[in-house]
Amino acid sequence: MINKEIIAMILAGGQGSRLTKLTTNNAKPAVAYGGMYRIIDFTLSNCSNSGIYTVGILTQYQHLILNAHVGIGEPWDLDRKQGGVKLLPPYMNKEGVRWYSGTANAVYENLTFMDMHSPEYVVILSGDHIYKMDYNKMLQFHKDKKADVTLSVIEVPWEETHRFGILNTLPDGEIYEFDEKPQKAKNNLASMGVYIFNYKVLRKYLKEDALDEASAHDFGKNIIPKLVGAGLKAYAYRFDGYWKDVGTIESYWEANLDLIREDIGLNLFDDAWKIYSKNYNVPPQYIGPRAIVEESLINEGSVILGTIRNSVAFTEAWIEEGAEVVNSVILPKARIEKGARVYNAIVMESSVIEAGTVIGDLTQKHIQLVGDEHHLELIED
Amino acid sequence: MVNRLMGIINLSEHDEDMKELTNSRPIAGIPFAGRYRVIDFQLSNMVNSGIELVSIFTRYKFRSLQDHLGPGKSWNLDRKRDGLYMFHPMIKYNEPMVRYGDMENFKNNLNFLRSARQEYVVISRSYMVTNINYCAALDFHIDSGADMTIIYKKIVGGARKKEFQDLDMLNCDGRGNVLSVGKNHGKVDEFNLSLEMYLMKRDTLVDIIVDAVEKGDSDYMREALIKSIPRLRVNGYAHQGETFCINNVQNFYNAQMALLDYKIYYDLLSANGKIYTKIKDEPSTKYLATAKVKNAIIANGSIIEGTVENSILFRRVHVKKGAVVRDSVIFQGSVIEEHAVLHNVITDKNVVITQGKVLKGDVEAPYVIKKNSVI
Repeated sequence: MINKEIIAMILAGGQGSRLTKLTTNNAKPAVAYGGMYRIIDFTLSNCSNSGIYTVGILTQYQHLILNAHVGIGEPWDLDRKQGGVKLLPPYMNKEGVRWYSGTANAVYENLTFMDMHSPEYVVILSGDHIYKMDYNKMLQFHKDKKADVTLSVIEVPWEETHRFGILNTLPDGEIYEFDEKPQKAKNNLASMGVYIFNYKVLRKYLKEDALDEASAHDFGKNIIPKLVGAGLKAYAYRFDGYWKDVGTIESYWEANLDLIREDIGLNLFDDAWKIYSKNYNVPPQYIGPRAIVEESLINEGSVILGTIRNSVAFTEAWIEEGAEVVNSVILPKARIEKGARVYNAIVMESSVIEAGTVIGDLTQKHIQLVGDEHHLELIED
Repeated sequence: MVNRLMGIINLSEHDEDMKELTNSRPIAGIPFAGRYRVIDFQLSNMVNSGIELVSIFTRYKFRSLQDHLGPGKSWNLDRKRDGLYMFHPMIKYNEPMVRYGDMENFKNNLNFLRSARQEYVVISRSYMVTNINYCAALDFHIDSGADMTIIYKKIVGGARKKEFQDLDMLNCDGRGNVLSVGKNHGKVDEFNLSLEMYLMKRDTLVDIIVDAVEKGDSDYMREALIKSIPRLRVNGYAHQGETFCINNVQNFYNAQMALLDYKIYYDLLSANGKIYTKIKDEPSTKYLATAKVKNAIIANGSIIEGTVENSILFRRVHVKKGAVVRDSVIFQGSVIEEHAVLHNVITDKNVVITQGKVLKGDVEAPYVIKKNSVI
């Protein structure tokens, strides 16, 4: 038995249904992002950079690409003899098939995995959030406060508080009330879905929750309120910085274009906190003799012969001569043929925008998602 | 047939004409095409040809190369059986190793060659940069019944005769048999440039080494291979792909500039398989509103705020506002500060060109700036 102070459990089973075609064949944590990443790279890199080397990933929905991407965790330095990364899909036992029926249930079903490592603390994370965070600092806060559970919180705009779980706290950060998606919020500190539990407390509450037939087996709706109600010490840990839960096509588009702007608080060029991903070993990008490239993020393997402005071009994206791409996200291996125009759009992986086609309209705010989900392919390095 | 061929890369290469670029690295370790090093081409060629055992016989300055190669993971060569082997020359306290040619290293590791399980071997250098799959050449070699096959490229038209001066060329008879190997003096327009890739049975190579050691007449592998030609049946196999020889600064520079033609970029980096290299986990390159980029090859991790034309930028290069980079090659980690102008320049790793500096080389004499310099 290997004793570890802290292990991470990453919730990665969600569908992300509002991302429509992006998640038809793919789980939300494995959706491509930022030129070269998949969304889960941020959480996995945070774990690795925080020195958390035992990581369980709870998968359920369309996990083929996610599994292939994570593999044995080599890109994140999580291919380890002790601990390392383990993919934890639902399983069958004598009583039958046990699909994960909520975030708390998914973790509950893996009590054996956690017991194997007998940690002092467990950090529960989401695999579909984009942010850079040192979980060690949060753990130190958790220890200093002698808390049973600590939730990381971020200030959100007041007009959006109804979309989040809002935490009402005493001046020292102790949580006295959990307000799930309130109509009239008392403050604007939203839960980021990052929880550090004392493992003994987590274990007890998960077991109790499993027996409660009225429970939705959800951390936000059931476990946290119950814990706070029982008078356990729950603390809010304030996080400053870029944090995004890309729920919709618009917010996915926006999160990609955020990376072009300076000073958004998410520095990908920081050596001290690199975001790692699987590398596909493709040639450097080729910018042609008549290309125009402005305010864009372009990844390896791309060939730019036309014009690209305020856009993100992923691995092996092709923009042919005379084509113009503005305010758009061009996913891996997509090809914009000669003279085609793509405005305010997301072009699906491996799709072809045929010569001369015009997609979208710069005068309108609407973001179009174009291309066919069936082209989705696993590229090997 | 799987696993019938093993590979040897012999790094005994003359680097005198590479100037500062080989101060701290062998030719094999010179950065190439934005994200690679010279040796990546030979390693990838071998791996893409299904070779599972690659041995590298080093000579000098192998520290940076060892760092680049590691256990061979990037080339899929971190294997329990076979994989990547490196053989460094042994140093005796009272005998400087420079006294020996590379044959000494082969002699010392003869048991490794004897005990390999592959029937055939391809022995090459690193400095012939090309994208080749050895499977077809091996089939040709086996079908021909020859004892040895030397891979060559037919050079025609005369435009490149100076580029390949002093390199080996094959003298063949009308049926493709190699009669002898001579030096190209840059006088003839058409010749068969030896790519210095030799295919043969592993036993044949062992015999050549033993013979050279017993006779004591060849200090170098090249000599031993060429001397064996009269007593063997040797033929040539023509390779069609783009080929560059990185044996002097001018050839290096010309090869980088040639890559700016998409056809050559594709031929060299993708045509017969991917070129693998060490992964550096750099983010995608960011182009700001002030960027003006035309005809360039740019690696990940760079930030472009200025003008870049006809140039190759390696990983993590920062071209600041108002800076101009033309017809230049900028190695990893270099910073070109505001309003600096570079023309026909090669900057080695981590060079800083300070604000407003203007540096010009010539297309026939590029200006090389040493690693870590601040100018």
